[in-house]
Amino acid sequence: MAVDASTSARGDLILKNLTKSYGDFSAVDDLSLVVPKGSFFALLGPSGCGKTTTLRMVAGLEEPTSGSIFVGETDITDMKPYRRPVNTVFQNYALFPHLTIFENIAFGLRRRGITEAEVKTAVDKVLNLIELPQLATRKPNQLSGGQQQRIAVARAIVNRPALLLLDEPLGALDLKLRRQMQIELKWIQTEIGITFVHVTHDQEEAMTMADTIAVMNKGKIEQMGTPEELYDSPKTAFVANFLGQSNLIPGEVSGSDGDNLIVDLFGTKVAVPKARSSARGNSALVGVRPEKFRIAAEGKSTHGNVLTGGVVSDVSYIGVSTQYQVEMPWGKEVMVFEQNDDEEEMLRKGAKVVLSWEPIFTFALDGSENVSAGSH
Amino acid sequence: MKNLTKWLSKNLIRIYAFFAFTYLFIPVLYTFVFSFNDSRKTNLIWKGFTLDKWKNPCGAPDICSALGNSFIIGFTATAISTVLGTLIAFALGRYRFKGRSATNLLIFLPMATPEIVLGASLLTMFVNLGINTSILTAIIAHVMFCISFVVVTVKARVASLDPRLEQAAMDLYANEWQTFRRVTLPLVAPGIAAAALLAFSLSFDDFIITNFTAGTVNTFPRFVYVSAGRGIPAQANVIGSAMFFLALFIVVAAQIVSSRRKAKI
Amino acid sequence: MAAFKGASAKVFGLKDNKSALPYLLLIPGLLWLAIFFIVPIFSLGQMSTKVPGADIGEFVQEYRFSNYIDAFNSSKEQFLRSFLYGLLATIIALAIAYPLAYAIAFKSGKWKNILLVLVVAPFFVSFLLRTIAWKQILGEEGPVVSVLRTLNIISVNTSITSSAFAVVTGLAYNFLPFMTLPLYASLERIDPRTLEAAGDLYANGFTTFRKVTLPLSMPGVVAGTLLTFIPAAGDYINATILGSPSNKMLGNVIEARFFKIVDYPAAAALSFTLMAAILILITIYTKRTGTEELV
Repeated sequence: MAVDASTSARGDLILKNLTKSYGDFSAVDDLSLVVPKGSFFALLGPSGCGKTTTLRMVAGLEEPTSGSIFVGETDITDMKPYRRPVNTVFQNYALFPHLTIFENIAFGLRRRGITEAEVKTAVDKVLNLIELPQLATRKPNQLSGGQQQRIAVARAIVNRPALLLLDEPLGALDLKLRRQMQIELKWIQTEIGITFVHVTHDQEEAMTMADTIAVMNKGKIEQMGTPEELYDSPKTAFVANFLGQSNLIPGEVSGSDGDNLIVDLFGTKVAVPKARSSARGNSALVGVRPEKFRIAAEGKSTHGNVLTGGVVSDVSYIGVSTQYQVEMPWGKEVMVFEQNDDEEEMLRKGAKVVLSWEPIFTFALDGSENVSAGSH
Repeated sequence: MKNLTKWLSKNLIRIYAFFAFTYLFIPVLYTFVFSFNDSRKTNLIWKGFTLDKWKNPCGAPDICSALGNSFIIGFTATAISTVLGTLIAFALGRYRFKGRSATNLLIFLPMATPEIVLGASLLTMFVNLGINTSILTAIIAHVMFCISFVVVTVKARVASLDPRLEQAAMDLYANEWQTFRRVTLPLVAPGIAAAALLAFSLSFDDFIITNFTAGTVNTFPRFVYVSAGRGIPAQANVIGSAMFFLALFIVVAAQIVSSRRKAKI
Repeated sequence: MAAFKGASAKVFGLKDNKSALPYLLLIPGLLWLAIFFIVPIFSLGQMSTKVPGADIGEFVQEYRFSNYIDAFNSSKEQFLRSFLYGLLATIIALAIAYPLAYAIAFKSGKWKNILLVLVVAPFFVSFLLRTIAWKQILGEEGPVVSVLRTLNIISVNTSITSSAFAVVTGLAYNFLPFMTLPLYASLERIDPRTLEAAGDLYANGFTTFRKVTLPLSMPGVVAGTLLTFIPAAGDYINATILGSPSNKMLGNVIEARFFKIVDYPAAAALSFTLMAAILILITIYTKRTGTEELV
């Protein structure tokens, strides 16, 4: 079988107004994005947000209700999966149980009419890349989970597709192995330069591996950007809560001071960099990440934004850090992570404290956002 | 046009399945339809619709005594083979023991032997021993060929039983017998029921082995075979159709009950 | 048989045996099989070397092994015919059942259980009634023949019944569930993601079937073909009802020798040969297709 021309298409992945509906319900709702060629892209979101459906539409395993998918100049929207320059690493690996590891990896190559000698070279090369050359003659059921996972990746990348799709490939691995594989996958991607589109619900995983992350919720993209952009300047409560943790405090915009917005939080004025604010009107949700807070006993000297009147309601010592829940005068609790890196004594439950932080670490969301969106 | 070919390639196999099912049911439908035939001696040509045969299914001579024998043999053989087979299934499905492969072979062989050989060999043995063939020898033969099927059916169910359930029962103060009665048996029961149903169907429908081992005792299949020459009476169609609906009802009811149970959990 | 296990059946480990319990469980059933299966086979063997005695029904043991040769020579034709018909019926059954099993396993959604019942349901009607029904449907007074004759597809002189065609299709029909269910069981176990992976790796529909689906369904194919061929080769009902004397199979000969001619040694020799031939075939077949676990 000759190599299909369409399987050698190259370029950025472009999704235009991609929609997948089931009756009234849209799993993917008018999604548009561009994944630059050669980048490591993550689709991040909770289960049911549509990220896997999007991936399967790109792979050709689901048909879009409307919209189009391009690889560079080539429109692959209506193409069968075996015509697309796209390969997938499936969640449970989907290795062919009746074939050896060598035959599994060679499968895609053999369908494209590559000579047996070239097949052998390519398979050996990729087995060496993932450091498992000794497994070539084994069958999948003789391998451990971690090994199967790497073979699944090898089976896909040996075909040098324009695009590699990974459907939560690390979900079945234990924590330590997962961390190791995250590093390995990132390394493989930079080594061979193929565009990776990685679907995951694990925000730490996305932040570790991806150049660009698109956070998805209910079929739409909430925000897309680099990990730093998403973490430091979330534009919606969902993103703020889904990536890491956030304290979101409602307040009134009372003015501006140079590059900063001044927001009144229950009587106390705090500064928020305008560059990190997506508040549109007068009300805003001021966001501070727990690790940015400095917590000290009442009366101690402070600088930056300051909130007084807090009372410690819970303390958890986690070795690396201590987690405090602080009840604020307006009745809600705020979370503080303090690194245990000085001789300061741990504060006790009931202690009266003052919170402070550098204004530059503040972000603000529009007041209409739902405070608990995306929290888990 | 493109949409049509797309739809066809997706659904071609479903269309095929529909025709395949139709093919499967043609003789069933024919049998059912002709049970309403207003026939006299032979039931070959359609003469008119009547409910008479349904009202009087025993109207044809000997048919109900044959049916009765089939039931007697069927129920007895089912009872015995289900018990014997279930015991074997528990042994094979649970324990590692010496002679496992020999046991597996012995269970497999009757299923791999043509019925005519099973029947002929039994008849030969009975003749050698001077035992006359009767309803008893028929029952013995039926038990013999049903055991293997019971074993296979129940063993699958036993092997998929999570041993941790029994361990939990014993942790909760149940002894071995109580555990078996209250945990193991209820969980394996559907498999045993299925095996019993299978055994009964095999026994009821058997002709070849019965022909060799039942002597002069008439069973329903034998009645049909013998009367095939001169034309089977419509009453046979009635009984055949009735058995069909009964069996269908049992199976569908069992499915509904088990899916209702699953829904409750 | 392993091919019967559904996809959801997870098999847990076996307990090591520390007591006599497993043996106690086995003894009643195995004893029954030993007495009423093993011993009769020996009786059959023993009978096959006897010679008819003075009275009808009396046989004398003379270890006449030439019984086998005589029996084989006189029934060579039926012997070969049985295996031929059995083979053809198996192939036809496979061809009909495979797409059906495939449709139920992959394309039936929530109807799966109902369809499985429907596959087995026709067999709730006695197989004799069904075979006779076919005889009447395909017979001289039946609808099929009149339609075909009106359309001039067959001549007034050809009939469908009393032919090899009728016997073989009757055999195939009768054993369809034995072919369909094991096929279904092994197809159902295939992870659909593996089929998607094949498509993802440039295999079109047909190649996916050839390289992934078919090999993975082989245990079902082996089980189904065995469960169909064995009874088909030994059958004689279909030949009696749907065939003519020129379609007689080995089973007909054996039955006749037992009941009409009362020549038990010849009948026994034929039965024994049939059984031996089938066992040899099974052994070669399963060794070649590599299915070890049969029960």
